[in-house]
Amino acid sequence: MSREAVEHYIAEHARIASLDTDWLHSLRQSAISSFRRTGFPDTRQEDWKYTDVRPILKRRFVQAGDTLDTVDTPELTALRFPGLECHDQVFINGVYGKEYSSLGPLPEGVILLSLAEALIRYPQRVKECLERFPGMDENGFNALNTAFLTNGVLLYVPDGVAVETPVHLMFVSNRQQPPQVSHLRNLVLLGHNASLTLIEDYTGQENAEYMTNSVTSICTTQGSALQHYKLQAESLKGYHISTTRIQQERDSKVESCSISLGGGLVRNDLVVSLDGEGAEVSLDGLYIANGRQHVDNHTWIHHHSPHTSSREEYRGVLDGYARAVFNGKVIVHEQAQKVDARQSNDNLLLSDNAEIDTKPELEIHADDVKCSHGATIGQLDENMLFYLRSRAIDEETARSLLIFAFADAVISRISFQPVRERLESTVLGKLPDAGLIRDFVK
Amino acid sequence: MLSIKNLHASIDEKQILKGLNLEVKAGEVHAIMGPNGSGKSTLASILAGRPGYQVTAGTVTYENRNLLEMSPELRAREGIFLAFQYPVEIPGVNNIYLLKAALNAVRKHRGEQELDAMDFLKLVREKMKLVRVREDMMSRAVNEGFSGGEKKRNEVFQMAILEPKLAILDETDSGLDIDALKIVAEGVNSLRSTERSIVLVTHYQRLLNYVVPDHVHVLADGCIIKSGGKDLALKLEAEGYDRIREEAAAA
Repeated sequence: MSREAVEHYIAEHARIASLDTDWLHSLRQSAISSFRRTGFPDTRQEDWKYTDVRPILKRRFVQAGDTLDTVDTPELTALRFPGLECHDQVFINGVYGKEYSSLGPLPEGVILLSLAEALIRYPQRVKECLERFPGMDENGFNALNTAFLTNGVLLYVPDGVAVETPVHLMFVSNRQQPPQVSHLRNLVLLGHNASLTLIEDYTGQENAEYMTNSVTSICTTQGSALQHYKLQAESLKGYHISTTRIQQERDSKVESCSISLGGGLVRNDLVVSLDGEGAEVSLDGLYIANGRQHVDNHTWIHHHSPHTSSREEYRGVLDGYARAVFNGKVIVHEQAQKVDARQSNDNLLLSDNAEIDTKPELEIHADDVKCSHGATIGQLDENMLFYLRSRAIDEETARSLLIFAFADAVISRISFQPVRERLESTVLGKLPDAGLIRDFVK
Repeated sequence: MLSIKNLHASIDEKQILKGLNLEVKAGEVHAIMGPNGSGKSTLASILAGRPGYQVTAGTVTYENRNLLEMSPELRAREGIFLAFQYPVEIPGVNNIYLLKAALNAVRKHRGEQELDAMDFLKLVREKMKLVRVREDMMSRAVNEGFSGGEKKRNEVFQMAILEPKLAILDETDSGLDIDALKIVAEGVNSLRSTERSIVLVTHYQRLLNYVVPDHVHVLADGCIIKSGGKDLALKLEAEGYDRIREEAAAA
């Protein structure tokens, strides 16, 4: 099965690849060769032990054409922040939707373009961004992503520029026959002391079957600051494979928040490399899954430099037959002394059939570091439930309240208010008695 | 108000209460004293409806209704309040909103208008003085980061807001220093009324110096072995539980 699926994408590649410039052509060719060699990951590989991608291989997703599908989706409207000005970039089934996008006035020197356009107008910039992340194509999905590299955005912020208006990337997929795949590549480069708020929103039409295969690479150079929100609410029949790579130079600061609420099969890889002294990162994550959803979060934090710090907290709420995987690796490299790294993963299992495989890992090669990690798995606390009920709160409301409070430990830390409020409202909406407990969180 | 007859109860197949009888009338304050493991907290838990206990025989009637058939939340709405021996910390659930939701659930059940934010805050301010809880305790998560004394005061504060008909205080005095004990006692005393009954479950006589009970009962090995007036508490303090137990056995 795997072989046939691989051939399918190689044929797709041949169908699509055409008007490439030389370097791009060879980049894509080399990626498709890698893909031909590696194919899709399987459960014999340690990093994919708990996530079986065979459902993806059974399907033959095709690349969306150049023409934009018309969207009349409440899904897209729901992503916009009412009353908030953003630089909106919208993609429908992976294709840039100019008429749905709106760019406010950008500070001088800032480039925010669809990748297709950037390849024409700023090929050197694109090339530079790509070259900062060598070796990506070892993973089959990433190799495919490179092989089909066309869609996504280029976002460049020059030295010293603070982009005050948030950049909001919206990726919407809808029902198509045959089902489509979006290979998205977002390239972000922040100059020295630049700052930015970036929101990546992924969603799909209800019950639409499709695949999103996205790669976002972010480079924060010296003294820059980024707030990054990746909000995944794909269709329950959607497949979402994503890789986020963050490279941090000296004194840069990144706040990353990854929320997974949708998707039938979800895999998020997040790789952070702290490459300069004083670099700081916080990774917050939340996954809420029900039914037969499968959500896998793999994170790697590489402390390459001394005096770097990382804090990571992922939380999960699983009901029904949902299954989640958390694998978080913190690697403190040899020369990285005086590192501060804290990591935790906490899970709430609401049904006997839900499952979590959690594996926090620490790998320390330096001797003067402060590191901690831990994982918990539990049900709702009976003492808390009884306490609330003894205060006249009915059982179902009490349960909802405790579930929400558990998830809100992650959400409440989000410093960008519109995202925080939308998530609180979305998470509340998933719970019984939302109206009643809404009162508690105001 | 509350009538307990021949109550037998167990937890994890271990028999704790073995034929307990107790009658509490409106307006009365009862103290239930007993050594560790006598079943005091089990009694308080069963009255509030904590899951996990099996009532194997006997009846509990509250205002002429079968209390044991009622859910914990229904009991609370019907006017029963348990001040916990170990108040639970609930991260992420705001103290003041819990209290507002609790009060409005009770009021709604009684057919009264729910209080709006303004009236509720007025009530909170008034009752805060009573048990001297600090403003910042209100804005925090339920009991989170509270000291032992603050947790107990918060329980009495909740009680003052909810104005129950039957208040059960499960060792609210334990772990309190003398100043905190006085504050708690004042709070309890201020709630004494002809319509309200209070059951104080305690290990020590100390609290009873400040909240003077109408009746004192000695609970030992799952039964009430002796009942009397407030002097019984003093006698207990002076002579110890063993003596009372011997007397009861001899009688």
